[in-house]
This record gives sequence, structure tokens and C-alpha cells, in this order.
Amino acid sequence: MTRLLPALPALLRRELGSYFATPLAYLFIVIFLMLSSFFTFKLGNFFDRGQADLTSFFLFHPWLYLILAPPLAMRLWAEERKSGTIELLMTLPVTLLEMVLGKFLAAWLFTGIALLLTFPIWLTVNYLGDPDNGVVVAAYLGSWLMAGAFLAVGSCLSATTGNQVIAFILTVSVCFVFVIIGYPALLEVLYGWAPNWLVDTLASLSFLTHFQSIGRGVLDWRDLLFFVLFIGCWLLATAIVIQVKKAG
Amino acid sequence: MIEIHQLSKRFDTITAVDNLSFQVAPGEVLGFLGPNGAGKSTTMKMITGFLTPDSGRISIYGTDISGDPIAAKQQIGYLPEGAPCYGDMTVLHFLRFIASVRRLGREEKGRRIGELISLLQLASVQHQTIDTLSKGYKRRVGLAQAILHDPKVLILDEPTDGLDPNQKHQVRELIRNLAQDKIVIISTHLLEEVSAVCSRAIIIHRGAIIADGTPAQLQAHSKYHKAITLRFTQPYPVAQTLATLPGVAEVVGATQGHGYTVFPEAGVDISAAVSACIHDRGWCVAEMHTLEGRLDEVFRQLTGGQS
Repeated sequence: MTRLLPALPALLRRELGSYFATPLAYLFIVIFLMLSSFFTFKLGNFFDRGQADLTSFFLFHPWLYLILAPPLAMRLWAEERKSGTIELLMTLPVTLLEMVLGKFLAAWLFTGIALLLTFPIWLTVNYLGDPDNGVVVAAYLGSWLMAGAFLAVGSCLSATTGNQVIAFILTVSVCFVFVIIGYPALLEVLYGWAPNWLVDTLASLSFLTHFQSIGRGVLDWRDLLFFVLFIGCWLLATAIVIQVKKAG
Repeated sequence: MIEIHQLSKRFDTITAVDNLSFQVAPGEVLGFLGPNGAGKSTTMKMITGFLTPDSGRISIYGTDISGDPIAAKQQIGYLPEGAPCYGDMTVLHFLRFIASVRRLGREEKGRRIGELISLLQLASVQHQTIDTLSKGYKRRVGLAQAILHDPKVLILDEPTDGLDPNQKHQVRELIRNLAQDKIVIISTHLLEEVSAVCSRAIIIHRGAIIADGTPAQLQAHSKYHKAITLRFTQPYPVAQTLATLPGVAEVVGATQGHGYTVFPEAGVDISAAVSACIHDRGWCVAEMHTLEGRLDEVFRQLTGGQS
């Protein structure tokens, strides 16, 4: 890793550090934990379901990330552009790949930390019953992977602008589309309107479609591959946007 | 050695840099002069690999900046215009970050950062975040960042902009000391800076070089070059008398007092003739100077008066 991408650890450390440089990071984690608990216990009827699993916790993660991933991703490139530090960064002996990966991984690790801090919910389930902990771990991994997909979109859209607010709105909008096109009620309406193959294709691009089984702890390699490819494509797009914007 | 060959860059309809070619040798401090928008910063951004030229080649000690950007960038220290730094980092963390990216060894890292903090007098603010620093401190953090890895090539875009006279003096001193075996390119619109630190100056206008030489050579273009200013203690018929001397092109009286400026014809040294003439008449002189020439006048003359 250090051979291939020598500057990556330094960039990653800086990016991750800048999340914690202000109290906003801690505020973010608190909001993340409160929202995820609210979704789980209120909307998800965690207790009434009477089952010792975390389905009601993971079920809402696409919506949770829809709100919480864009503010993490919006600053990645927009801030560099606005403050002019992008010129400093891009004249250091650092490759574009290292920059894109460093920023993305920092946001992704930060989300991972927030996700890990939801462990009391997992403890609760283990206290109340006897869940399949393998399933829980699988669902956590799947959820983290999906968070990466949201952040990759945010990274790319952040690179298009020097304005964080615009980056935020663009990211929420695009991510919303990728979530909602798999929503069962919407799909039913669409089946009446458009040819089935088109609706199926659209649905297959949705986070919801691919997260459904992951949320139940079933890791299908096709769902995992979807998220990995999705992240890869958006990071590639990020690199292209930066290269194109730089030339102009 | 930096070699720049037929470099061009357009933004939409504006040609920012137009077929620019020059070379800089180690030990030279090259001052880049020009009105705002002349293409100084654009050229620097291309040399440092931030912007990609539309055409032309840039070679840094034999390494092509677009062929092997990482190797080329390792040899360059760059202070971008406005000295942007990561504002949320403390001075120390920021310098450590740059040192890690530049892959300095653990020991070298600590040593260099310590040296630069004392050299640029940053010790009192090293634990403050850069956002909280004054403009002068920020500029010095930017400079520290640029010279941290002891680069062979130093490119500074308006390094003394926003500094007070003492800080300006310190930075110029620093640049002069660094310059021994390095290539330094600085852009500036302070002409006194060129005379103070540069061994060579290039004036660019509308993306092209319009003058290239030592500051003294550029000054020689001035009509004030070798002109003589005089001040007398009482009125004499100075203008009429001196204007008849051979080699004198023009005598201009000052608006008040008994001051005059005597302009020579190009390339003629009139100081001996003028002082002999004054001596013969027995005029009482309060002041007499031979002028080196005015860089600002040359600059205005070459760049068309408006900036």
C-alpha cells in the first residue's frame, strides 16, 4: 500500500483529522446515533416486533445515509476549491488516485466510526434475546458498504463546485433518486407506465433493492459487487471532474 | 535548469500565455514582472504542474512536468498566490503533513520543521490553527511549506504581498540566502523587490516576454539612466546653459526650488561635462546625483502605460 500509494496515509490522516478539528464531528455522531435509534425504536417498532434481530435498525439505513452522508461529503473538494488549497494539494507530489482515495476513505472511515458507535443497539438485542450475530456483522458490513456508495456520489458532486451548499443539495438530490427508484410503491406505479425491462433496470440501480437482503443479513455477492462497482464508478467520475476542471 | 519551450495556454477566448520560451539556470533569482493578468501566475501554475499547457514543454532538471509529474513536483517548492494553507490545521500539524507527503524521514522531518519554525519566527504561533493567524504569519507558513524539503526549484507567487516592511526585508533576505545553488522564480509587482533580490528580470505582457535582462540592464532602458539631478542654492540660468552642452538631450526644471534634471542622449556619459560647466561658472551646488534609471518608468513604457 505504502509502496503503491505512498502519500495516501498522510492524506487520509489529514482528512480524517479535519473532521475532528471542529466540534461538528461529535455533533454529527450524536445526531447519527439519535436518528438511528429513533428510526429503530419508533418507526421500526423494535420492541413490538418481538424478534431478536436488527432488521428494524438496518431497514432505515438508506434514509439515514441520505440525510447524513451528504454533509460529510460536501466539503471534500468544494472546500479545497473555495480556499484555494487545491492548488497547494495538486502541486505536491501526490497522484490524483491518492487524492481521490484519501478523501473518500476519510469520509468512509468516519461513517464507519459512527456506525460502530451504534453498538449499544446490538448489545440490547443480545441482552433481550439470542440473535444470529453472524447475520448482524454481515448487515453492518453491508450497511457500511452502502454508506460508501452515498459518499462516492457526494465526493464527485463536491468536485464539481466551490460551493458546499450546492454540493450538499446536488448530493441529496442524486442520492434520493438512487434510493427512491427501488421503492416498491413507486415501482408499482412505474410498471403501469413503462416497459418492464426499463423499470427492472432502474430498480436494479437502486440502493434499496440491493440493501433489502443485506439488511436482513444475507450477503449476496451480486449486491456487494453492485456497491463496489458503484463506488468505483463515482470515484472515477470524481477524478475525471477534477482533471477536467483543472484544465479550464 | 528549467527549460520552457513554446508554452501556450488559452482560457476560452483569452490567450493567457502566448508561445513563451525561456531558461533559468541554478543560482539565478528570476523576477517575473508584468501588469495584472499578464500571464505571470498562469505560467507559474503550469511550471508547478497545476495547470496543463495547451502546447509547449516544461522541463525541470531534465524531467518533463507532464511526462513524470511526481518526480518533477518533488524538486519544486511552490508558494501559490495568496499562500493558501489548510486553515483548520495548526502550523505544526500542517508542516508535519507537508513533510509526510514530501516523504521526509522521521529525523529529517523534525529537524527541518524545527529549523524553519525558528528561521521564519513561527514558534509563538506553532500550536495555533492557521485560520487564526495574521496575513504575515500565514505568508510565512506558506513559505515554510514551500522550502520544507529543501527543493532545487523554488517558485513563489508574490511572496511578500501583505507583509510589513520588516517582514518584507526578512523574506527577501531569506530568498537571497536560499538562492545560492537553487533556481528561484518570484512574481511580483513591486519593482523595488526586483532590484533587491533578483539577478534577472523578465517582463511579460499579454502572455509574451517583452524584456529579459538583469535589473541594471532593464534600468538602462529608462530615460532616467545616467540622468543627473541637480539642486542649486540660488537661481542661475541653468536650463539655457546646460542644454547647449554636447550630449545633453533635455534639461527639465523642477516645479519648485532650484532643482533640475539633465537627461543625456542615449549612451552618453555627461557627468564630467556637467560638473566642469558648473565649476567654470562658479555656481553653488546643494545636491548632485547620477541616476541609475527607474524600473517603474521602464515598466510603464514597455507595458503601454496602463496596467
